[in-house]
Amino acid sequence: MTRMSGWLLKIAGLLLLPLALSVPAAAQLHVDVTQGVMQPLPIAIPNFIAPGGGTGPSGADIAKVVRNDLASSGLFKSLDPASFIDPVRDINTPPNFGNWRVINAQALVTGQTAMQADGRLRVDFRLWDVYGEQQMVGLQYFTTPENWRRIAHLISDAIYERITGEKGYFDTRVVFISESGSALQRKKRLAVMDQDGANPIFLTRGDYLVLTPRFNPTAQMIAYMSYISGKPRVYMFDLESGRQEMLGNFPNMTFSPRFSPDGNKVVMTLEQNGNSDIYVMDLRNRSTVRLTTEPSIETSPSFSPDGTQIVFESDRGGSQQIYVMNADGSNPHRISYGEGRNGTPVWSPRGDLIAFTKQNGGAFRIGVMRPDGSGERVITDGWMDEGPTWAPNGRVLMFTRSARGGRGSQIWSVDISGHNLRRVPTPGDASDPAWSPLIQ
Amino acid sequence: MMKVSSKLGFVAVACSLLMVGACSTTKKEAADTTPPSVTQNNNSMTSSIVPGSAEDLRVNVGDTVHFDYDQYAVRGEDQGTLQRQAAWLQKYPQVRVTIEGHADERGTREYNLALGARRANAVKEYLVSLGVPSGRVDTISYGKERPVCTESDESCWAENRRGVTTITSGATS
Repeated sequence: MTRMSGWLLKIAGLLLLPLALSVPAAAQLHVDVTQGVMQPLPIAIPNFIAPGGGTGPSGADIAKVVRNDLASSGLFKSLDPASFIDPVRDINTPPNFGNWRVINAQALVTGQTAMQADGRLRVDFRLWDVYGEQQMVGLQYFTTPENWRRIAHLISDAIYERITGEKGYFDTRVVFISESGSALQRKKRLAVMDQDGANPIFLTRGDYLVLTPRFNPTAQMIAYMSYISGKPRVYMFDLESGRQEMLGNFPNMTFSPRFSPDGNKVVMTLEQNGNSDIYVMDLRNRSTVRLTTEPSIETSPSFSPDGTQIVFESDRGGSQQIYVMNADGSNPHRISYGEGRNGTPVWSPRGDLIAFTKQNGGAFRIGVMRPDGSGERVITDGWMDEGPTWAPNGRVLMFTRSARGGRGSQIWSVDISGHNLRRVPTPGDASDPAWSPLIQ
Repeated sequence: MMKVSSKLGFVAVACSLLMVGACSTTKKEAADTTPPSVTQNNNSMTSSIVPGSAEDLRVNVGDTVHFDYDQYAVRGEDQGTLQRQAAWLQKYPQVRVTIEGHADERGTREYNLALGARRANAVKEYLVSLGVPSGRVDTISYGKERPVCTESDESCWAENRRGVTTITSGATS
């Protein structure tokens, strides 16, 4: 492919792999992201221009969101706009690439905004290969002006996908538990925000305990655990209507809910007489099927992306370990044989890995392993890291990191390679993140 | 380890059941002898505590038992507390209680919810084995969400691994 010019080859080199040209790009990037990128790609993203005047959202703000998205992935180094020597005046003619090579940019993003007569915002952008001297992506978006952040995230996703070959994950949200107050009187509130921490919205007031929220596949419904009635039960929160309802009418505690990949079912734990077992409820007719019957603890179930299997944790073998069973409960088998205890398994949306919490030597860390239990890798090194959640592209995880002595919890993100560990900005302390799918 | 401990849990419960079955007089003795000591405490210590009140349960009977790490068997040293609770509940038959099960921070959130439920249920089963009607005893697990001590050391963890008997209704006010 002649379009795979110098720039893409350079990227392939940067992303570590000396590969033959015949190898598909996807295969290169599969390895790239898992191995971690030590030398991020330098990308220049000048403020978007507004040739028709600046009444709409600021082109500077849009560019800032894109810069932050790409830099946060760890795969890109967003160059300082103060170093740019060639102001963008027109995005429809090729830039003077030499002026961007001088500042060591390998990729350039130019964009412009315009308010339409119908009140909509139009945003155009172009991604340029600075060394190959050609355009790689050119797209335009229309939306209501308040939605400008989503446009910025969609642009980030388009750039990320074109350069890495992987789907982006920037136009996504995170549902989480916002925490405040002293460690002895912790106030916990259900909250959602954009993946970059923008637009936080509190969904409950904090006058009752809420835990472990998870999105459905359309990111419109949240299943979570609430003590609102005084009895801990799984609830559903409808983001569109703001309504919440108890899921089922069980005599005892229900917890650890997760949706099936098609969104039609919720798998969760029901406790009876002190014994916790896994059940699945069909949301269409509310019928419930029990999947485990052991006298041990069975909890933290998570569907495989094809819906045919469920990974869960159990202490049936003597300590908390990870098991996989068929979606009907048949053929349960242990997959975690590494040191210590292993729990909170979550199946990657790609299907290739299971993320989990490893408890060993007095510390809790995040790990990943293949669904057959092989290839276990511990990827964080905190004192109390737990509860991983996958970005929709299966390449980045968020999790809860807590400090010793009840000094609060924060949300962090990390690549599955263990690189690019970052704190996710939240309003105050936060825990139990769950990443949405890509928003449709 | 857990298999052993769950067996231990069953053993403990089975023992107390046997005790009740084999010598119901023991249970009666406990029921008969404990209330006077409550009264004594009332007289000698704090006359302001109303018999049959939540404070009476907390101060004069004892509302909390503790557990070993990742275990839910009632410990030997806590059996006296639960025997006093059972006697007190029989003296105040209108009282309904909820047993809170709690865990220390050294467990994942959902596992600890399950563990707290095991502990609350172990306390309930012990009280029921001593003759408290099971319908008067509810359970609730808070996992690691409601610590009473926040340092990350063994003494705090030991305090947080607990079962607390709280009054749902029927207390004298």
